[in-house]
Amino acid sequence: MSDQNQSKRDAAIEELYAEAGHFELNTGEKTIHAKRMGGKWRNLKWVGNAFWMILFLGPYLRWGDRQAVLFDIPNRQFHIFGITILPQDFWMLSLLLLFFAILLAVVTALVGRVWCGFFCFQTVWTDVYTWVEDWLEGTPQKRRKMEEAPWNFAKFRIKATKHLIWLIVAVLTGISFVAWFVDDRQLWSDLLAFEAGPVALGTIALFTAGTYLLAGFLREQTCLWLCPYARIQAVMIDQTTAVPTYDFYRGEPRDRVRKGQEGSDLGDCVDCNQCVAVCPTGVDIRHGQQEGCIMCALCIDACDAVMEKLDRPKGLIRYESLDELEGHEARALYKRPRVWVYAGILLAALSGIAYGLSSIDAVELKVIHDRLPLFVQQSDGSIQNKYMLKVLNKMTEDMDVTISASGLDGLVLVGAEEAVSATKGKVSPRTVFVRVPRENLKGESVPIVFHVEATDKSGQKFSHKRSSVFFGPKK
Amino acid sequence: MADKNPFPGENNTGHIWDDNLRELSNPPPRWWMIAFWASIIWFIVYGFIYPMYPIGHESTKGFTGWTQIKEFQEGVDEVEAVRAEFETKIAAMTADQILADEGLSAYTIASAKVLFGDNCAACHGSGGQGGPSFPVLADDEWIYGGAIGTIEQTIAMGRKGVMTAHGKILSADEIESLAQSVMEGDPATNPLFLQKGCIACHGMDGKGLQALGAANLTDSVWRFAEADQLASVKYTIAHGVNDSTDPQTREAEMPAFGDRLSKDDIKKLAVFVYKLGGGQ
Repeated sequence: MSDQNQSKRDAAIEELYAEAGHFELNTGEKTIHAKRMGGKWRNLKWVGNAFWMILFLGPYLRWGDRQAVLFDIPNRQFHIFGITILPQDFWMLSLLLLFFAILLAVVTALVGRVWCGFFCFQTVWTDVYTWVEDWLEGTPQKRRKMEEAPWNFAKFRIKATKHLIWLIVAVLTGISFVAWFVDDRQLWSDLLAFEAGPVALGTIALFTAGTYLLAGFLREQTCLWLCPYARIQAVMIDQTTAVPTYDFYRGEPRDRVRKGQEGSDLGDCVDCNQCVAVCPTGVDIRHGQQEGCIMCALCIDACDAVMEKLDRPKGLIRYESLDELEGHEARALYKRPRVWVYAGILLAALSGIAYGLSSIDAVELKVIHDRLPLFVQQSDGSIQNKYMLKVLNKMTEDMDVTISASGLDGLVLVGAEEAVSATKGKVSPRTVFVRVPRENLKGESVPIVFHVEATDKSGQKFSHKRSSVFFGPKK
Repeated sequence: MADKNPFPGENNTGHIWDDNLRELSNPPPRWWMIAFWASIIWFIVYGFIYPMYPIGHESTKGFTGWTQIKEFQEGVDEVEAVRAEFETKIAAMTADQILADEGLSAYTIASAKVLFGDNCAACHGSGGQGGPSFPVLADDEWIYGGAIGTIEQTIAMGRKGVMTAHGKILSADEIESLAQSVMEGDPATNPLFLQKGCIACHGMDGKGLQALGAANLTDSVWRFAEADQLASVKYTIAHGVNDSTDPQTREAEMPAFGDRLSKDDIKKLAVFVYKLGGGQ
């Protein structure tokens, strides 16, 4: 074997293992201490974080004499501002879930893991927790030093303060979550009087522990190993998706910048590792797109700051699709089938919800035909059918509901002489009998319609009807 | 085994064979180990809270003293507590008073469904739809009367109506003639109806007599409904009902439930039956 062949083979082997050298399984042995830098994306991240103030402040909004948004599970009623949703209207929830699932998909397809990078509670709470850490313990170098330093009073005081603040945030998170499901005033007075029930306390404890552990300790490990969405979102990205991308054409070959070495054939990347230093999940964006990247764009801020200092153009790392990076033209939105399909589903879900909300009836009627017997012969020769009518009153006041039936000649409705006193938010049953002369029956089963009518205190009339069938003997 | 580790920094266990074959230490992630030990601790703690560790044929009882049957009994007690309020009210009321109260009626109908299924449905059907030679309870025809008190009496004492077999008394033509006019719903116009003494039980107008359980022959409900109704009527006239002198007689007996069911249960059943077809 000649020397030339030998060196070729060595080069091939080296290339083969080059990738393996970069691969590092982050299983959380080392805490990632990300550097915090200002910048455009950092500011946007605060906006995303602020979105979660809704969780903390939302329960305190009032609507009339009750909480504006209250998911009252014991009473099986959801109150959302002026609307009250009963279990019968729950199909709208599935449309809402569909809407958000597709929203996640469409956003991911267009601009990557925006949810993960800016809005996800894991990212947001971790960001707040590390912000507290940074404020109390100092820069990442100081933090690493402190970790190795022996315990003393100063270290203990700082660590204790940090964990105390973390726990306060965690407890507030738990209480705020529970406050969406029970009246917030009742909850706080119960909590302050140590009278809160086991369910409320258990939920608060669960959320406190979860927040404290997930945001304080597990951090990026959650995204890497626990979160299913992280994996699902990653496969929805394609060549046309704009994501934080390192421009390796411009950046490579990279090397450290040295004084008086301008104008060499090196790329723009100066290998300062700032992009890695600021990354909350500890990935190196210069290796290209990878599952660890939550696309928070903090590396863009870091790189831009360095480029500014070196007087080189910004945007060595920037939001761009792989297509554009390769020099292809960006495909217009309307030319991408994903956009159309997703938009179609979004629109369908939204119109379903809009229809549902606009057509919620104040009074609803269900008719259950008695099956044994289907009909009976009466002594006067007429045929009698038995029905169970279930009147649902969705109003916030009790109402008297009158029942009538139509659709058959000579029918007599028995059992509906008195109005049903329908309790608010409840189903009131009533058994009625319908008698029809046998000669008026055109077949074994003929349609019949039941009507309900009610008037509320203000004089507004509500009605609802439901069709059923009337059975008779064979001719 | 090498004394000095020739591969420092790669976290091997120091077990090295053939110069370079070595055992590396790749422990599972910390969080995984924490979860692993936490689940073992939980398993032990669980065993003290609930019955678990075997001792011979027995097992430890657990601090809480929880058993499945206890939890079941608590559930039953909970239901009974809810029912008790209604049951005490029902015990103090007559069937008439229960009927007048819509809420109590609804409760009685719901709870008597089981009683009806256990005691009545075998003959009368689960919905009171009746069966071959068993009366329909869901219609408005009451052989002995549909007053709530009468229904209670029927359930408690039972019923056994009697109709004499006329097969030996009447000729085939006379039976045919009577059956035809019963089919037409107007037997009183047939002179035989009076002459042969049918009116004694079924009345001058053929509308029956509830005190005796004699059927109303003028309405649309048949006590013994069959596909060939004319043949059924002729059979009834010829062989009678519960006539011990005729071996082919129709058997129709409602057993007495007074000694099998409590007074309250009979009261509830009466309300249930009364409401089956919407009352009388």
